Amino acid sequence: MLEIKDLKKSFNGRQILNGVDLIVEDGEILSIVGPSGAGKTTLLRCITGLESADAGIFLIDGQPFDPQGTEESDAVIGVVFQDFNLFPHLSVLENITLAPMMVLKKSKDEANQKAAQLLEELGLTGLGDHYPYQLSGGQKQRVAIARALAMNPRILCYDEPTSALDPNLRDEVANLILSLKKEGMTQLVVTHDMDFANKIADKILKVQALDTKN
Amino acid sequence: MSFTYIMEILPSLFQGAGLTLQLFFWTLIGSLPLGIIVSLGLTSKIKPLKWVLEMYVWLMRGTPLLLQLIFVFYGLPIVGIVFQRYDAALVAFILNYAAYFAEIFRGGLQSISQGQYEGARVLRLSYWQTIRKIVIPQVVKIVIPSIGNEVINLIKDSSLVYVIGLGDLLRAGNVATSRDVTLVPLLLVGLIYLLMVGICTVILRWVEKRYSYYK
Repeated sequence: MLEIKDLKKSFNGRQILNGVDLIVEDGEILSIVGPSGAGKTTLLRCITGLESADAGIFLIDGQPFDPQGTEESDAVIGVVFQDFNLFPHLSVLENITLAPMMVLKKSKDEANQKAAQLLEELGLTGLGDHYPYQLSGGQKQRVAIARALAMNPRILCYDEPTSALDPNLRDEVANLILSLKKEGMTQLVVTHDMDFANKIADKILKVQALDTKN
Repeated sequence: MSFTYIMEILPSLFQGAGLTLQLFFWTLIGSLPLGIIVSLGLTSKIKPLKWVLEMYVWLMRGTPLLLQLIFVFYGLPIVGIVFQRYDAALVAFILNYAAYFAEIFRGGLQSISQGQYEGARVLRLSYWQTIRKIVIPQVVKIVIPSIGNEVINLIKDSSLVYVIGLGDLLRAGNVATSRDVTLVPLLLVGLIYLLMVGICTVILRWVEKRYSYYK
């Protein structure tokens, strides 16, 4: 269970997040929705440690963790970016195995085995030797998911998973996220697409723009 | 322009070419890594470090290499730093070329998107792991053509060492030309430079091709 209490963040004196609370139960999908500029992405960036929060408590199963920390106990969040941010110079397989080998110090065999299993689960069998530029948008996204899952995160976070893809792929993404839920993955999805959120989410958190200048 | 005359002077030209090549390789081995390190400093957020390195690049690119050679060999002994001729040449070349390489690498570094750093960061790669595994391989591909230009310049720039009395290829040709009152040695010198640059070009093409496996 991920629990965040009283998360605050401001940029240059402008309050973006003013005491956000959220809870994601194990195996649940939480969607964060709201108009652009409301701070959805900022919220996600604070949770994933890409931005430092001004204040707030982060708990995983009741244990505090630091999203920006480097301890093993801090490595609980996986991220699927809007533009995927795959490493273009590495093959699909290398994209997936790099961090497990360098950070978790897994052997090459072990990392490759896990990657092959993830590729199969995500319907990417046979694409291990391809490079990102050779993949379609949907395939890139699934590689990004595999790359994040290879680090055994407790929670998988998505930033606008539908916006870099063809509109007709929306249902495919929804099914993918729901199938990961069946596997027991806890997921947090930031989106501006209300229909999409309704389709996948167990809970929806609406973020409103704060227009207070301090 | 007899064949026997050419055979007579070739050994001394090759000897000169040997020094040129030595200087060339050691300069590259010293200045490429130094250039990468300086470029990381140039793009760092630590302002004083950035200023110092910008100053260094300005100094190295803003004055003639010939002048730098003279200063390292004749000037530094005044403050107690004495180099042998060859070492002085190497120091001047490495410092000068590292500055040019640093600027090229800086351009390459800045073309790597923030997303690549963030992708690495959420996978918990450390700064140095990110630089080594994600950033540098991509930067290398981007900068190869510009680096290649400088590498070819370096072969010819090495002829400047005559000013501190080192016997490189051009000097060997000059000596023979003024002794025998003929342009043949200089013609041969030109051909040897062309040959060296030609080989370099082929190697650079090959490296470029090796990096063309992704877009």
